[in-house]
Amino acid sequence: MQIQTTLPQATGNRPEAKAKMAARNVRMYYGEKLALKGIDLDVRDREVTALIGPSGCGKSTFLRCLNRMNDVIEGARVEGQITLDGKDIYDRSIDVVQLRARVGMVFQKPNPFPKSIYENVAYGPKIHGLARSRDDLDKIVESSLMKAGLWEEVKSRLQESGTSLSGGQQQRLCIARAIAVSPEVILMDEPCSALDPIATARIEELIDELRTNFTIVIVTHSMQQAARVSQRTAFFHLGDLVEVGETAQIFTNPRDDRTQGYITGRFG
Amino acid sequence: MTDMSINASLGADGLHTSDAAYKRLKARYAREARFKAYGLTAIGFAVLSLVFLLWTIVSNGYTAFLQTSIQMEVFIDPARIEGDSDAEKRTETALRTADWRGMVNSALAERFPNVPRSDRRFLNDMLSQGAGTQVRDAVLANPSLIGQKHTLWLLAHSNIDMLHKGFIDRDGPPAQRPVNDRQLAFYDEFVKQGALVARANTRFLVGANSASPELAGMWVAIVGSFWTLIICLALAFPLGVMTAVWLEEFAPRNKWTDMIEVNINNLAAVPSIVFGLLGLAVFLNFFGMPRSSPLSGGIVLALMSLPVMIIAARASLRAVPPSIRQAAIGLGASKLQAITHHVLPLAMPGILTGTILAMAHALGESAPLMLVGMNAFVVDVPTGPLDAATVLPVQVFRWAGQPERGFVEKTSAAIMILLVFLLFMNAIAIYLRKKFERRW
Repeated sequence: MQIQTTLPQATGNRPEAKAKMAARNVRMYYGEKLALKGIDLDVRDREVTALIGPSGCGKSTFLRCLNRMNDVIEGARVEGQITLDGKDIYDRSIDVVQLRARVGMVFQKPNPFPKSIYENVAYGPKIHGLARSRDDLDKIVESSLMKAGLWEEVKSRLQESGTSLSGGQQQRLCIARAIAVSPEVILMDEPCSALDPIATARIEELIDELRTNFTIVIVTHSMQQAARVSQRTAFFHLGDLVEVGETAQIFTNPRDDRTQGYITGRFG
Repeated sequence: MTDMSINASLGADGLHTSDAAYKRLKARYAREARFKAYGLTAIGFAVLSLVFLLWTIVSNGYTAFLQTSIQMEVFIDPARIEGDSDAEKRTETALRTADWRGMVNSALAERFPNVPRSDRRFLNDMLSQGAGTQVRDAVLANPSLIGQKHTLWLLAHSNIDMLHKGFIDRDGPPAQRPVNDRQLAFYDEFVKQGALVARANTRFLVGANSASPELAGMWVAIVGSFWTLIICLALAFPLGVMTAVWLEEFAPRNKWTDMIEVNINNLAAVPSIVFGLLGLAVFLNFFGMPRSSPLSGGIVLALMSLPVMIIAARASLRAVPPSIRQAAIGLGASKLQAITHHVLPLAMPGILTGTILAMAHALGESAPLMLVGMNAFVVDVPTGPLDAATVLPVQVFRWAGQPERGFVEKTSAAIMILLVFLLFMNAIAIYLRKKFERRW
């Protein structure tokens, strides 16, 4: 955060960008099964990092390690170190509730609460006590919906149920809900896989806008999407991190044969 | 698929267009039609049985809401009230113990002055044993009646009631007829004067139980059922919901929780009378709780309903999609917040439906309650859960065992009341289910 004023806003190679989150030799077990075999990955501040790879390669599992969503799965165990601003998030002193306020999440399937649009966005700020008054809360809801590009579409019907929106709108509502807590990092687990191409394009635009304020990690099955929205891409295969680099480099000049095979559609 | 079979299915004479194929198709439709017919037959049989059952109950029972009364002019004789000479000294006790029945009998004798002494008791038996009490209640309500002639409707004896409602064959052999020829004559005379009619009967609903059918009411059972269900609900609902939430959301998967789960499922299948035995041994004999009380009965029913409620609550908790929990946890809600803010409210309609159905089941339960003494003959209306009481199904059971013809209609009518309560509770359950249909 100290060097944020010197950060260039342009994409491209930014070796000077600070790592917001860093994983060092992360091994993850589901019971006896080893799902991640020692991942080393830096997530740079205010960049979009895309995680790609064939199904079952561990990219979603890794994503969920970043805000400890795997904690609730029985038998799940994480070894190694993941840091957020240099602090180990699996340390005993870390409060997982606070961690998830700093590292928000958007899921594969839009999952708004079956409550009003307003309630959906206001829930996070409410439980974290971010709003001092009703006016405060109204402002947070409005600005979050604006940042998520949903305000114009829903401002006249904030009291309608969040589930009454279309799929794409629901996903943007979920993004607004995550933004409302003012996280530093947003994790997105295939956020467009349940959406049509037009809704997908809107979300991708949105991700690009959000990059100026948030660090984003996105899991995607679509190579085009990774190429369009991300600055860095990490390719996972069978629980290994095969290759990570600038998106342009990964897609034009991969170093590893497996990456080459996957992005050209030979397997996966 | 091999090349050969592809060719066969596309061939001109056609694997699927030959005569044999049409035959197979026809047989398939015939089988479907037969299957539907079985289903319709089964439903038709069920509906017919239900209609027959309801028709039997209603046709036997609706008359209980009418009760035959006879209009009499009774002289409230001060001489038959102790200490009446001085109105100031007339105590409440004196009023309660006065010879009210004597006044009623005198009124009857006045109405039929030519009846020989030997037939007097037949005449007196035209009226209910409670007729004197009716006069007393009228006087207690209005003491100024003393010394005057007062006209009021007195309950007819149950046999006369049955005769009037047509349940006694007046042409039958006298030996098998509960009403003898003299009483038939009195009856005809009353009817001719227009003094004997069937009037609306509120006593059946709000009166206490009695050994005489015409006096028997089910208020004790209604109040008893009410208190029993309140106790049952107050215990079973919080315990059931808490257990379900813990098992579904917090419990680790190990052999202990597996064992708890298996045992809960088994308890749901345990015959209810076993819970009655448990209540008798533990709550009455060991803890010394009051016998026949809604408290003991409610606890026994709570134990009986708990497994059913836990299973229903767990099912509705499980029906809440995991994505809702993840959304809440992903926003930084604690596990408790995710459950109390989202999961439990979403599961509540299902939990409530399960609870109401379990309560409806408990309302219709009789066997375990009889073991904790709720089959007592109770005349005093219970004022709280510690008083002796009985419940609706047990009342039905007791009345069904009475020899008097008058209790037949009471039994059916009591079943009708019970059914009304059950329908009402099920209607609430359906309403809740419809109102809070899945919203995701």
